[in-house]
Amino acid sequence: MIVSRRERLTGRILLILLMAVTILPFVSLLTTALHESGTYPSGIAWPSDPQWGNFVDAFDGARMGEIMLSSTLIVLGVVPISLLLATMAGFAIGHIRMVGSGAVLILFVLGLTLPFEGIITPLYYQVRDLGLLNTRWAIILPLIGLFMPFSVVWMRAHFVNMPEELSEAARIDGASTWQLFWRIHVPLAMPAISSLAILLFLWTWNQFLLAIVLVDDPTKRTMAGALGAFQGQWGTDIPLLCAGSLLILTPTLIVFLVFQRRFVAALLQGSLKG
Amino acid sequence: MARSLTDAAVDMYQTRPERPRSARGRRAAGRARLRAPAWVGWLFVAPALLAYGLFVLWPLVLTVQYSLYRWNGIGASTWVGLDNYSKVFTDPELSATIVHAFELIVFFSAIPVLLGLAIAATIRRIATTRLALAARTVVFLPQVIPLVAAGIAWSWMLASDGAVNQLLSAVGLDGVTRAWLGDLSTALPAVGVIGAWVLLGLCTLLLLSGMSKIDAALYEAARLDGAGPIREFVSITVPSLRQEIGVCVTVTVIAALASFDVIYVSTQGGPGNATMVPGLEIFYQAFSEREVGVASALAVVLMALVLACVLPIQWLTRRREA
Repeated sequence: MIVSRRERLTGRILLILLMAVTILPFVSLLTTALHESGTYPSGIAWPSDPQWGNFVDAFDGARMGEIMLSSTLIVLGVVPISLLLATMAGFAIGHIRMVGSGAVLILFVLGLTLPFEGIITPLYYQVRDLGLLNTRWAIILPLIGLFMPFSVVWMRAHFVNMPEELSEAARIDGASTWQLFWRIHVPLAMPAISSLAILLFLWTWNQFLLAIVLVDDPTKRTMAGALGAFQGQWGTDIPLLCAGSLLILTPTLIVFLVFQRRFVAALLQGSLKG
Repeated sequence: MARSLTDAAVDMYQTRPERPRSARGRRAAGRARLRAPAWVGWLFVAPALLAYGLFVLWPLVLTVQYSLYRWNGIGASTWVGLDNYSKVFTDPELSATIVHAFELIVFFSAIPVLLGLAIAATIRRIATTRLALAARTVVFLPQVIPLVAAGIAWSWMLASDGAVNQLLSAVGLDGVTRAWLGDLSTALPAVGVIGAWVLLGLCTLLLLSGMSKIDAALYEAARLDGAGPIREFVSITVPSLRQEIGVCVTVTVIAALASFDVIYVSTQGGPGNATMVPGLEIFYQAFSEREVGVASALAVVLMALVLACVLPIQWLTRRREA
């Protein structure tokens, strides 16, 4: 490939600039979080006496342990069920393609664009009538429904590319539709399913609107929802607020970095084979 | 994750690849026998449809129903026809939220997509270096953290003592420093900057992954014909990326119109009404003002607006390709 040195240099400078802009808010959070609690530090400056204890105070003050547990329970409620339902539906729409599957697909595709605010009001009354307000189910059940359009369309995109001959071979060997699905297609769909699992985990963990509307008790909310309450409580204590924000975004950051490595490896393998 | 996510996002919008339909006759007959009957397919779809119907479609119907009544959420409701809708469009406070949402599109969509295109085109040729691989991880971070945390970090950065003003002073721009989120004239653009920060990395990576699929021979040919980087960009890169640009614009326009989290934590719609957006207004109308009817009418308008913006984008970016 013909690449001039000047292009290379501008590319590098731009990349570094882009990374700097992306990281700046995180740096600002960190330096602010290390200032003495209750002060108003100005700009980005490394404190002379870093208060690492702020993280401990924020962890205890916000009951971070309970919130972390609560978010985990909500994720465990949402993600496995969503994956199962979406994989089954994606299989039916993308592979079995029974009569009427086109209409079902359109129904789900239309839901892709739906802003959650659009239905939050009736959801509140619906959840209240079910007697589930202020429980974790108030977040889990609606989220499964709200994630369905994306998840089904995602899984369908995978199943549409599976060769029909595969299923024919299994049929000739006498497999029922369920066996065909569970023994053959689910194992083959694992890459698509695990990517979807990561996305659903992130979106559940970071869900804010449902948490603040449907659950009052921060210790029964998602991580992001708890941060909202945390802001109300510590809004005036900037260093503690920043410390809390950092604590709350750490778990997603870790999950992302762990899986990022896997994806980079897959990417390298792919280019090697290519 | 970045790569597989963006690829899959693009794949999702692509239509089904045509299957070779060779040797139809006898094989098709055999295939029909091997196929599951339709009711089995419906059985597989049923649980997903049930969840979707119960917690999305049914509330959707209820939203439309609520929007035709005046109801405080507790007592009896009265039928008011389309009054709530006319209120949404005539009450300056409510109609302003819609205007704000469209102003946010400039920041949430135009800036990330245009800047993303420029960045991706510039770094395309060094996309496999170690620096670029590190950048891939870093610029994806805003997508991963809760928007609420981004809002908190930025509202502190944009405060009068924050990092933004520190930087401006450092380059001699003391004159323009201010509390960006507290100033009537700058609050909405400041919120927009937060949105642009969140979405820029996603757009850049999406466009970059699209560019990696463009045939390198096209660029070689252009270079040999004496085309510079700009000519290359306009004549090859942008036309080849129609689909990726479509995905970027769709995602960011939805994010702009439906913004909530960032604004809730950074300005709460203030100062005054300067950053009030439909999502936040629905929340206040329904749960503070107890005007369930007005909130629902605004919700219906918001959902209609999202569809009205997204459908033409999809239509434009797909049709030309066929």
